[in-house]
Formats: sequence, structure tokens, C-alpha cells
Amino acid sequence: MLDAFIAVFNFKLIIFMLLGTIGGMIAGALPGFSATMAVALIVPFTFVMDPITGLAVLGAIYTGAIYGGCFPAILVNTPGTPSSIGTTFDGYPMTRNGRGEEALHTATFASAGGGLIGVLVLIFLSIPLARVALKFGPPEYFWLAMFGVTIIASLSSKSLLKGITGGVLGFLISMIGIAPIGGDVRFTMGISTFQGGVEILSVLIGFFCIPEMLRIAGEIRKNKLADVKVERQTGVIKKAFLNNFQKPVNFLKSSIIGSFIGVLPGAGGNIANLVAYSEAQRSSSDPESFGTGNPAGVVATESSNNATVGSAMVPLLTLGIPGSPAAAVLYGALLIQGLTPGPELFTTNATVVYGFMIALLVAQFMILILGLAMGKNIYSAVTKIPAGVLVPSVIFLSVLGSFAIRNNVMDVIVMFISGLIAYTLKEFGFHAGPIVLGLILGPIAEKGFVQGYLMGVASGQPLMIFLTRPISIILIIITIMAVSWPYIRMLREKKHKGVTI
Amino acid sequence: MKFKKTNSLLNVLLILVLVFGLAGCTTQKSSEKDTAAVEYPTKPVHYVLPFEPGGESDITARLQQKPLEEILGTSVIVQYMPGGGGALGWQQLVTDTQPDGYTITGSNLPHIIVQPLVRDDTGYETDQLVPIYYFQATPNILAVGKDSPINSVDEFVAYAKENPGAVTLAGSGSYSANHLGVLEFNKVAGIETTYIPETGSGGAVPQLLGGHVQGLMTYTTMGVSYSKDLKILAVASDERVTSLPDVPTFKELGYDYVEGAYRGISGPPGLSEEIVNQLAEAFKEINAQPEYLAKMKEMGFEVLDYGPEESKKLIEEKKVYYTKILKDLELID
Repeated sequence: MLDAFIAVFNFKLIIFMLLGTIGGMIAGALPGFSATMAVALIVPFTFVMDPITGLAVLGAIYTGAIYGGCFPAILVNTPGTPSSIGTTFDGYPMTRNGRGEEALHTATFASAGGGLIGVLVLIFLSIPLARVALKFGPPEYFWLAMFGVTIIASLSSKSLLKGITGGVLGFLISMIGIAPIGGDVRFTMGISTFQGGVEILSVLIGFFCIPEMLRIAGEIRKNKLADVKVERQTGVIKKAFLNNFQKPVNFLKSSIIGSFIGVLPGAGGNIANLVAYSEAQRSSSDPESFGTGNPAGVVATESSNNATVGSAMVPLLTLGIPGSPAAAVLYGALLIQGLTPGPELFTTNATVVYGFMIALLVAQFMILILGLAMGKNIYSAVTKIPAGVLVPSVIFLSVLGSFAIRNNVMDVIVMFISGLIAYTLKEFGFHAGPIVLGLILGPIAEKGFVQGYLMGVASGQPLMIFLTRPISIILIIITIMAVSWPYIRMLREKKHKGVTI
Repeated sequence: MKFKKTNSLLNVLLILVLVFGLAGCTTQKSSEKDTAAVEYPTKPVHYVLPFEPGGESDITARLQQKPLEEILGTSVIVQYMPGGGGALGWQQLVTDTQPDGYTITGSNLPHIIVQPLVRDDTGYETDQLVPIYYFQATPNILAVGKDSPINSVDEFVAYAKENPGAVTLAGSGSYSANHLGVLEFNKVAGIETTYIPETGSGGAVPQLLGGHVQGLMTYTTMGVSYSKDLKILAVASDERVTSLPDVPTFKELGYDYVEGAYRGISGPPGLSEEIVNQLAEAFKEINAQPEYLAKMKEMGFEVLDYGPEESKKLIEEKKVYYTKILKDLELID
């Protein structure tokens, strides 16, 4: 353990990590450039470093990237990474209300704090958590996705029907391409590029960024340039700190939600931030304010998504199973360094493992310091850009970003089409959140269902298998509770009203 | 007022069109017509992987990158183009890549053979890819959990016969070497097991460890990585593999079952023979480097040396083989 500390706190490693964190933040802030890509890009450079330095740098990049996603989410309503989708819900309204800098700093504290909790979970709870994660089989993933569907209800506070329609639309879009099980090619409309399905990152950029850019562009001539008020704000950092920690329940709960979901292979940050957001809204004393610029929303999403960074490493380090695409890249990096991820890593190369964990801890402090230091400058820089320059620049970056995902022009086209669809749907009152959720959950639900069904057929009880496993039952109960909560709440309020009269 | 509003929207749309037009120019096409006889390579070479990072192809490419750079004397950029189980990358290779040797794409068997056979519109045909070198393979292995009561293939077959359809085997992909392997083994052993496809090799092992399936039909590399957690019953190769010396082959045990995935590199249609041979020589040299060899073998890869001609023959043979199997299994007509 001591060796690990000594190994981490040396000058060269810290400098590399700093560079890695900054690089990761930039990568995360560029829509379309995902955290996984950033990590994959740097892996070859780590071959010449010793294992601890190499892993520390990769961990710093991953941390930075997941954190960096909040910047465009808050400033221009575009999630830099899918794990910051939820940050747009309240982060961007805060910017429009002139509280953008506060939002950024709130996100910084939330990310660093959530990340810290995630790494602590990694250090102290790895083994038991990994065992629980293993018990999640196909039926459990199906029910997890179903639970995710209930979140659509809270994301569509205005109209449940529109929300569910959006969710179903997302589900349908996610089915384009090759079926995860069975390999059938579906809905490709003869375009062979659609074999790979619709790339979710380009849809994300299209859904969140384009409508907003079009709206701003439309208002330029209306002389509504002062959309974003750049006021001198004093005490913003203190406000942001209090947003997170004065009433820490939201922060703690969201971080724990993120830590747990991050452990599940295949679930990860994309879902965690939405689950945390929905839970924060549900348990808030002022749920209606969510979506209009309530800092608690930002706290929830940013703490949960950074918590997944540490916990995504749990299955990787304890079982050798990468729990997220970025972890898969790290898996490859470990293998090439000659380290086989898995239980023996703790015994044969304990220093490396603990060194990696300590480095991740350090990375959280790095984003805290960097974020607080740069937040104000980034905010004023972006908001000082005249809208007439901002809009084309952002769209240009979106085009680059969509193309960069997999070097495919089709993704750019999809981005624009999604943008136009989202713009139109917005006019009819459809929020992008449920659609995106459907897109993310669709494959998980389908894979879980079909695999579970196959397993069920093999054991002679095709559908009962979904109802007879302990974890499934727990998830079903949670789902039912989540669905019925609004009604229970209504009943309770009625009761109270009755009593006071 | 209304006119002015449309004007600015038009501006934005105009910019959109311009920007889109700019980005629409793909980076793959080179503007000069490189004649094959001249110096190659003079620019960086793009090594495209049609999968997500972190998989078997990626690990191999990463190990080859540095040696390749040294041999070719230029930088090698590893690019990812995932989608469709590899189909997107291969489609891009045959439709949108200049045959100048500056873009080469990792290719896999049986994928490039089976996909065009079972899918209506992959966007490429097997013969359009120009094989340069096939440099590694991972034979299938049949594995059960460490604590499983089954200790041999015969016991497995007996158990499967008593419980038709009930035994579940997880593997990577649909119509992949794992999937077809299960179907082939079922036929050879006269049993009926259920294949549970996972997306990617990394997903199959947790299914077994968590007790959700009873066995795995996966690759040797997985067997090596998880050797402490698995009981590997047999390997589907002609001879025992050096990374798993104690594991018998199916052939040894009396089951005529040989299957696995081959990985190599291909170029776009029209790539000149000179460049193909030059690249093939480079990969041959890499395969002879002791450090590379040792690392690959350690991880469970079989290192192969199929040059351009041998690769073509291999693909032809496999094409006949898989067409027959798919017809027998009634997956195609």
C-alpha cells in the first residue's frame, strides 16, 4: 500500500495526470468525442510508461472526459458525453437565467465529490459489489431497463402520454440495424450503413444541440441577443458549494446511485445520470422546478455520472470483466502491459492496482481545482461570443464531432435529421429526454428479454424465468413502487388536506 | 420583421450547407493518383479496425503498431469504425477507399464469409476484400464453470443428451465462429444445446460466472484470461494449442469439430500486387519477432502466416465449407 502511495506521488506521474485530465476534459467537452475514444487514443502512448503511470494517465483522462461533458451541456444544451444528458435539463436553463457560472461550479463540486465516492466504493466495496453484479443476468437487465422506462414518467412532467410516445419512438429507432441477438438486419431501409444502427451520439447531438441553435438563430434578428446575461457574480463558488453540500442528501444519494449502476456491465453513466435525476426530482419538495433551472438537478446528474468512473473499474479489476466501453479499452491496455485483470491482480500486482485507485482519487481533486479555476473564464469566454458566431461554430463542431465518432458521413446526416425531427417535435411538446432514454434502454431491454427467453426455453419455463429470480423480484418491486409513487403521493396529499379541514 | 427573421435562418442554413459540404469530403480519398510502382509508403498508414476498441483485433493491432511503423518507416494510425459486427468497416473499405495502400482494414473469418451469405445487404462481397495477410487465430473452446460436475466432453455430451435443449452455452456474436461452432458441435455430437449470443467476447464469461448459463463456446484467449475460473473441456483445433497445453482437442476425443476465428488484414479492391506483397512481408516480419510472438502466444492467440495467395485459398476453402454448413443447418437455401 505504501509502495503504491510512493509510486503515485512522484512529479512525473502527477504532471502526466494533469495533462491527461485536461486532455480528457477537452475531449469530454467536444460533443461526439467520447470518453472511450479519448482513452483509446492515448493507450499506445502508455506502452512506454510503467504500468502505474500508464493506468494513472488513462484514469485521469476518463475522469476528465466524464466531467468535461457538463460544459457544453450547461452552456449550449449539448451533452458532451451521453452521461451528461441529464445535465442539460437544468444546467442550460440555469445559463439562460444568467446563473451559468453557478451551474458550472455546481457541476464541478458535484463531479469531484461524486467521483470521490465512486473511487472509495471501488477501494472498499469492490469484491462484494462485483459478486452482486455477476448475479445480474439477462432477466435482471430486462427489469432494469423496465425500471428505466418508469423514469420517462418523471422526465415528461407535462404530459405522460407524450413522454411515453417519445420513449417508444426511441425504442423503435434503437431497433434499426442488426438485432443484438440473432443477427437479423432490421429497418435499414436498404442503406447498408444502417447495419450498425443509429449512432446514439450523433442523435444526441442532433436532438439537443440543433433545435437550440436554430432557436437562437431565429432570435438573433429579434434582437434578443441578451439571452445570456453576463453579470458579475460574487460568491458564485460558495453558492455552488452550498448547492451540493448544504443539504447533502441529494448529492449522497445520487453518488450512490451512480456508484451502483456503474458497477453493472453495460449499464453505466448514460443511465445513471437519468436515474439520479429522476430520483432527485421525485424526492424533492419542489419537483415542478426541475427542468427550469434547479441546481439540484445538476448536482444529481453530475455526481452520479462521475461516480460511475470509479465503480466501472470494479468488475474490471476484481473479475477482469470490463463494465463499460472505456473499461474495455483499459482491459486491453492492462493486457498489453502484461497484467491480467482479475482477482490475482490484487495479489500479484497489488501495487499497480492500489496505485491506480489512488491515482483516480487524485484525479478527482484535479478536476475540482481545474474546474473551479477555469470555470469562470470558460463561462465568460463562451457567453461573450456573439450569437452570430456561436451558432455556426457550435454547429461546425457538431458536424466534426458526429463524423469523428466512427469516421462515417452517415452519422453527420443522422445528426442533422435528428435535429430537424427534434425541432419539429418540440413544437408539439415532445421533450428530447424520453426519446433518448428509449434509445439507450431499447438494446438493453431487448437483449435482456431475448437472452432471458432463450434461457427460459432451455429450462422449460420460457416466461416464468422473468418472475422467479430474487434480484428480478426486487427490481420488479422497485419498478412498481416507482410507477405508483405519483398516485401514492396524490393520495397522501388528499389525506392531509382532509385532516386540516 | 418576418422577412428579417427568415433571412437569418437562411444564413444559418446556408452555413449549415457549406459546413456539411466541407465535412462531406471524406478523408480517405487521396487527391493524387499514386502509381503503385513509386515509393510506398510516404504518408501515414491507417490501420482500420471495424470493431470497438478493447477486443481481440484491437489488442493484436496495438502490438503490431510499433513494429509496423519501424518496418514501413512511416506512422501507423489505428482507427475504429465499429458497426454491424464489422460490416460497416468492410463496406467502407470496398466502396470508399482508394487502393493506394494507405488504408488497410482488419478482417475476420468467418465474419467476412458468412455475413454476405446470410444478410441481404452487407454493402460488401467477400471477394471484394483483397487479403494481405492472416496472422492470428483463436480456436473455439468448450468450457464449464470451475465447480461444475461435468469434467469431460463425454460427460457434457451425455448430460446434454439427457436434457435436450436445456444446456445453455454463451458465446460472442451471431453467425460468428462461436455461434456456428455450437451448431456444428451439436451436429457432430448428436445433441441439442441452446446458444446464448453475447455482443462481444467480454460479455460471455460473466454469464457463466454468474450462473446464468451452463457453459461457454468461446475463444482460447478468454480461456487463458479466465483459466482460474473455468474448466476448459476441449479446444476446437487440429492440434493442441501451446497456451493451453493440458486441454485436449475435440479431434483427440473423437469429435470431428474444428472451428475458430481467423484474423488478418485486407486492402481495398484494386490494390496493387506490389503493395500487397510489401505489406505482407512486413506482417511476416512482425510475426517473426520473438517479443511479439511471445506476447501473442501468452494471451492465447495462435500465430499464423497466411500470405496473400494462401489467404485467398483459405477464404475459398472456408467459403465452400461455410456455405455447406449453413445449407445443412438450413440457415440459407
